[in-house]
Amino acid sequence: MTAPALLPLDTDLIAKARRLARRAGQPVVDIARSHTTVAVERAMLRLAGLSGADPDGIPWVNRLLDAVRADVGIGHGAALPVFHAMLSEGHPDLTLLAHKAAAGAVKFTVPTGDAAVAARRAARAAVAGGVELIDRRRTERDALVAEIGDPPQRPWIYLIVATGDIYEDIPQAQAAARAGADVIAVIRSTGQSLLDYVPEGATREGFAGTYATGENFRLMRAALDETSRELGRYIRLTNYASGLCMPEIAALAGMRRLDMMLNDSMYGILFRDINPIRTFVDQRLSRQIHARAGIIINTGEDNYLTTADAVEAAHTVTVSQLLNEFFAHEAGLTDDLLGLGHAFEINPDLKDSFRMELAHALLARQLFPDAPLKWMPPTRHMTGDVFKGNLLDGFFNLAGAMTGQGILLVGMMTEAVVTPWLSDRDIALQNVRYVLNACGGLVEDFHPPADGFIANRARQVLGEAVDLLEKIVDDGLLNAIADGTFGIMKRPADAGRGLDGVEPHAEDYYNPATDLLESGPETTG
Amino acid sequence: MSNVIRPYGDTTGDGMVQLSFTLPVPHDKRAEGAAAQLAGKMGLDPAMVVHAAQIGTSHTFFVVYGKANHLVNLDDVNVVERDYPLLTAKEVNGIVKERLGRKLVVVGACIGTDAHTVGIDAILNIKGFAGEKGLEYYRELRVLNLGAQVAVPDLVNRAIAEQADAVLVSQVVTQRDAHLHNTREMSAAFREALPPQRRPLLIIGGPRFDETMAGELGVDRIFSRGTTPADVASYITHALITSKEMVA
Repeated sequence: MTAPALLPLDTDLIAKARRLARRAGQPVVDIARSHTTVAVERAMLRLAGLSGADPDGIPWVNRLLDAVRADVGIGHGAALPVFHAMLSEGHPDLTLLAHKAAAGAVKFTVPTGDAAVAARRAARAAVAGGVELIDRRRTERDALVAEIGDPPQRPWIYLIVATGDIYEDIPQAQAAARAGADVIAVIRSTGQSLLDYVPEGATREGFAGTYATGENFRLMRAALDETSRELGRYIRLTNYASGLCMPEIAALAGMRRLDMMLNDSMYGILFRDINPIRTFVDQRLSRQIHARAGIIINTGEDNYLTTADAVEAAHTVTVSQLLNEFFAHEAGLTDDLLGLGHAFEINPDLKDSFRMELAHALLARQLFPDAPLKWMPPTRHMTGDVFKGNLLDGFFNLAGAMTGQGILLVGMMTEAVVTPWLSDRDIALQNVRYVLNACGGLVEDFHPPADGFIANRARQVLGEAVDLLEKIVDDGLLNAIADGTFGIMKRPADAGRGLDGVEPHAEDYYNPATDLLESGPETTG
Repeated sequence: MSNVIRPYGDTTGDGMVQLSFTLPVPHDKRAEGAAAQLAGKMGLDPAMVVHAAQIGTSHTFFVVYGKANHLVNLDDVNVVERDYPLLTAKEVNGIVKERLGRKLVVVGACIGTDAHTVGIDAILNIKGFAGEKGLEYYRELRVLNLGAQVAVPDLVNRAIAEQADAVLVSQVVTQRDAHLHNTREMSAAFREALPPQRRPLLIIGGPRFDETMAGELGVDRIFSRGTTPADVASYITHALITSKEMVA
């Protein structure tokens, strides 16, 4: 569904903004294409079918990759040494090889000549199994949506659950769906983004959230399938492909049929101090997997506005959206899978704050007419005053309805007070229902005048975004990040977490996952 | 004039309050009766249940107005004041910039085998905690988060190399009192490496620490559960800048 253009924006300037985003992003893509990371190689092993963990809870993909890395590094890709060892020593499967490697009983080498050809062929066949599983999950989702149906309205209503215990999350998620949620997001445990492994199995303890694990994904998806049938609308499940294990979590999400994943191009760099190269390399594979799996990514532009002023920094949101769009397209994601983020974070005490919110929301709507934009509620100006908070959330919902947003994250009046109570969620959903019922169709009537406040403000923000993009192109994106252009964080390319897990490709680098995902679904069969 | 007060609705002395809560029962007459009875037990008489609505299949939300029978004597109100003022990020930045004249350096780490960076990240990462941005957000602070499982000698060396003004250490794991042993080891190492006047401010944090044990553990301050970045930033500003000026 393409949103109509309501603002008289200069189409040449929009085209220029996209050209600049491409020029800023391309050098980073070149780096991503010529480097690998431990997470990329572990994602490949997961797609090849390796799962489970040792008695200490360390996943076998970590144990196996650590052994490979100690012997030959990861610059050749793990596929060559791992599958060469399988073939030459006659191991029947990856799990047994991982057990043996963990015990120090395998010496990995990089094969050449015919042995390399054989290893590549075996690796490709194994990873093709994982990619086929992702394809089956996508077909399954399409069939379920066709059978059960989509939510009757846009925006889709997005609610968060987070108890730390997956078995407590499940009934809460089902109750939230019954109360009106179309999308359930399970917030991760604080700090999971900084773990260099994905925990294993069903988990019952977390810090302000529940660990993202393959088994937790499976349990929640199965429960929501039941609820979807009961309610007659397909309930989508969301988690986070971010942090140090971005591509591994993307692979697990694809194989477990998650429907949306938070996946921002710069969030981990700016807000978690993860090394920029590590992030961009990991991100490219994670987005290729999301593209293949039909998973809608949600980007994190709302975070800029929680640290910087929402009026002064409005253009940084536009810049980030354009960069996210470029990186996403490059990785094969189509417009219908781009849940680009933006947020209602302008200080409510400011004069004309709502008119500016409408201008920013419409600008995003018009720049990305085919993307299911994700509209994020106020957090920064939510205080303990729950009454004012509920009013602010009402205006947030109104802006979402008037400007045709795709996904609406439900704001809680108790934001910054407590984790939402049952009644908070109920009041919040009442608020959304009232607004969508009273004026969900307002998007058809709302045509701001061409020379009015809203149109002028949108033009101004677009202009500022183009100026900033020009500066980023001049400096280079990595230098811009290092200089603190985004937010106020200075993140140099040679520092940050996870840097030691990055290596440049050797000449014979081979990764069947990238290979299969880049060749597209038609040629893999 | 009396210092005894009661809540104010629209007339002095009417004692009127309003509250809302949820009971785990479906909505019916008995549920409303239960809500009124609860309000009565909370000291509201008369209590009016003005709104009741079922949530899902087995809960009911109530809004209740009523007259509180309790009185408060302002003379009997005791408040524990923190011994330093709570500052905003802007105020901290202003004080550091104006009076220190350079960036204040904070080095943070989880020491020993503790891999739980939740605490140190909540205080240091820009993402922050409880809606508050972490110390990385403060322009006038230079923050180095060394992450998890940092050996004590490495922490000391890094703190010296960076000329740290304050060192923040987080300890979550408490098996066999590991958090206490690690803290003592850390403070002893700093005492050994540096004369008192050059020693950075030593701050330890974790959910299981007793905040009164600072002296015993050889650190300047202990922060326990519920500490926010602003608490820590305000304390550092107070301890290193504002309190010293008051003495001088």
